[in-house]
Amino acid sequence: MGKIPAAVIGIGQTHHRAKREDVSMAGLCREAMDRALEDAGLTLDEVDAIVIGKAPDLFEGVMMPELYLAEALGAAGKPLLRVHTAGSVGGSTAIVASSLVQAGVHKKVLTVAFEKQSESNAMWALSVPIPFVMPVHAGAGGYFAPHVRSYIRRASAPSHIGAIVAAKDRNNALKNPYAHLHNEGTTVESVLASQMLWDPIHYDETCPSSDGACAMVIAAEDVAKTYEAPAWIHGTAMRSEPTSAAERDQVNPQAGREAAAALWKATGITDPAREIDCAEIYVPFAWFEPMWLENLGFAAEGEGWKLTEAGETAIGGSLPVNMSGGVLSSNPIGASGMLRFAEAALQVRGRAGEHQVDGARRALGHAYGGGSQFFSMWVVGSEQPAN
Amino acid sequence: MTVAFDYTRSTGPVIGRFLTGLRDATIVGGRLGDGRVAVPPPEFDPVTHQAVTEFVELPDTGTITSWTWVSEPVAGQPLGKPFAFALITIDGADTPWLQAVDVASPDDIETGMKVRARWAEERTGSVTDLVFVADDGNAPETATPAGGTEDVGLIVTPVSLDYRYAASPEESSFFRGLAEGRILGQRCPKCRKVYVPPRGACPTDGVPTSEEVELSDVGTVTTFCVVNVPFLGQRIKPPYVSAYVLLDGADIALQHLILDIPAEEVRMGMRVKAVWKPRDEWGTSIENISHFAPTGEPDADFDSYKHHL
Repeated sequence: MGKIPAAVIGIGQTHHRAKREDVSMAGLCREAMDRALEDAGLTLDEVDAIVIGKAPDLFEGVMMPELYLAEALGAAGKPLLRVHTAGSVGGSTAIVASSLVQAGVHKKVLTVAFEKQSESNAMWALSVPIPFVMPVHAGAGGYFAPHVRSYIRRASAPSHIGAIVAAKDRNNALKNPYAHLHNEGTTVESVLASQMLWDPIHYDETCPSSDGACAMVIAAEDVAKTYEAPAWIHGTAMRSEPTSAAERDQVNPQAGREAAAALWKATGITDPAREIDCAEIYVPFAWFEPMWLENLGFAAEGEGWKLTEAGETAIGGSLPVNMSGGVLSSNPIGASGMLRFAEAALQVRGRAGEHQVDGARRALGHAYGGGSQFFSMWVVGSEQPAN
Repeated sequence: MTVAFDYTRSTGPVIGRFLTGLRDATIVGGRLGDGRVAVPPPEFDPVTHQAVTEFVELPDTGTITSWTWVSEPVAGQPLGKPFAFALITIDGADTPWLQAVDVASPDDIETGMKVRARWAEERTGSVTDLVFVADDGNAPETATPAGGTEDVGLIVTPVSLDYRYAASPEESSFFRGLAEGRILGQRCPKCRKVYVPPRGACPTDGVPTSEEVELSDVGTVTTFCVVNVPFLGQRIKPPYVSAYVLLDGADIALQHLILDIPAEEVRMGMRVKAVWKPRDEWGTSIENISHFAPTGEPDADFDSYKHHL
């Protein structure tokens, strides 16, 4: 028996901000959930199950927040499941929710992911001492910056590619009312002039620290067909790999390549750069756009930066990337992956507002997490898949 | 090893109202859709799922519906002497609230007993602003005035975890080697890759590793970054170079610090040597190596380390 076709029928998110001190974690989640339910025209009572995701517990210092959140999320009397795959969690949470529908277990599943970074300090939480490691680590930027340097060397990329990505995403964010950063007048020059935080990564090439949540309602075929513009799930893929292993490729990780290959196979896509109309890719540091373009198979190895440099990843280019402003403009870590998945769905529903890509029919949502070791991705489309 | 942080919680409109009440020596309940009053008020109605918006100020007296005796209080509990934790239904409320009751012994408490709040002199907007005592019917003492007028919108919740790290046999061997100025790794019997620090199992082949390999303290910088950003808990003052050093004979790079060269002159492929701290400062720690410094040899060919990026 094949999978039951499933689609996104409701999407909601908060306005992402540095500090949402007016709401608790429960209030933040409900804001996104209530918007997704309203979009789907459903009440909490009509949902069969709730799947929640968030980043590591140390980020907010609440062990298993789903225990405290269960009642506020309306999960009493329903299955409540938490997913945890570090920064990719928003994506894998959506995939678990869609699997419950595709497997025929539930008809309507609500999925939500959140982060309240203002309650903690992610830089601190990612830099706690490890007994056998020299304490040179410095947050996510300190972890990823050496690998960005490796990419630049391996691909012989010009040094301003990261700045092109940052300027593009920050300008895209101006079109997205939910984005955290609305920095007018960001240019390649202004990015390059910003402080060098973790050489080779400039301040303006890094993501902000945000409070925010995202939610979606995913429904089975018979329910979804009654909706005007469902975003049909054409395929999903997840892969993992160890954080460190001898000769592990940190620039172009095997798990990402294999997840992408599985996704393209599942969706019958043979030429992703041509067949995908736009992509929301998890880019917390600007250089990861060209790196992931290669990892995902949109460009040959060493060629990703050429798409970026040619302007092909801007809205209006051949493969718009991060139309919403991306992780570079809003980063509630636990929700960031789901935001990518939700933005892809918004695009194929034709409901992305000012950052809509004209005629988007098939879109990619992508997330990664840990030390580039967890990958999750999906393709959504405006048409129900044939298979 | 201690991992500690003071988290700042946003209370939101409901928990905030409740905690503000406690700061003002008032117990605030929330009215639910079915007319019941809940203490503490839930943020969202468990039946209708709507946000709770109607609040009720209640007396600070109630009835014990169940209890348990805490004979050996631990750090952070409401009282430093034996006490009871009880479910107390506040007069006018319909749901029980878990609170501490200060009585001398388990013989002095029973289900159905009437209790009243004893408010702390200095209240911050916390459930520890009060404990309950037996209600003897006498008029309660008047609580001292509240210490503030602002709503309790943010609370600080310190978290502190003490860890004792138990090193594996392989790690112990690595640490003992460092205490003798030696760097010890292990070779996988299948893929022949040398891991440092040793792990006891190859992450690629999933087989146990046992062959010990002593490594040179000379190696190649594969890649690096310059950390310019200061942050909470940082152990090294920025700017500093955090590098992956591939020791000669190893198949995986370890992260360490590069010094004795201006940061802007550090290169991929640069040959470096460990600079050990004075011997009398050695412990069983990777920090016996103060840092790595350039050897002055020509840089390694990119091809020699490109598979380690």
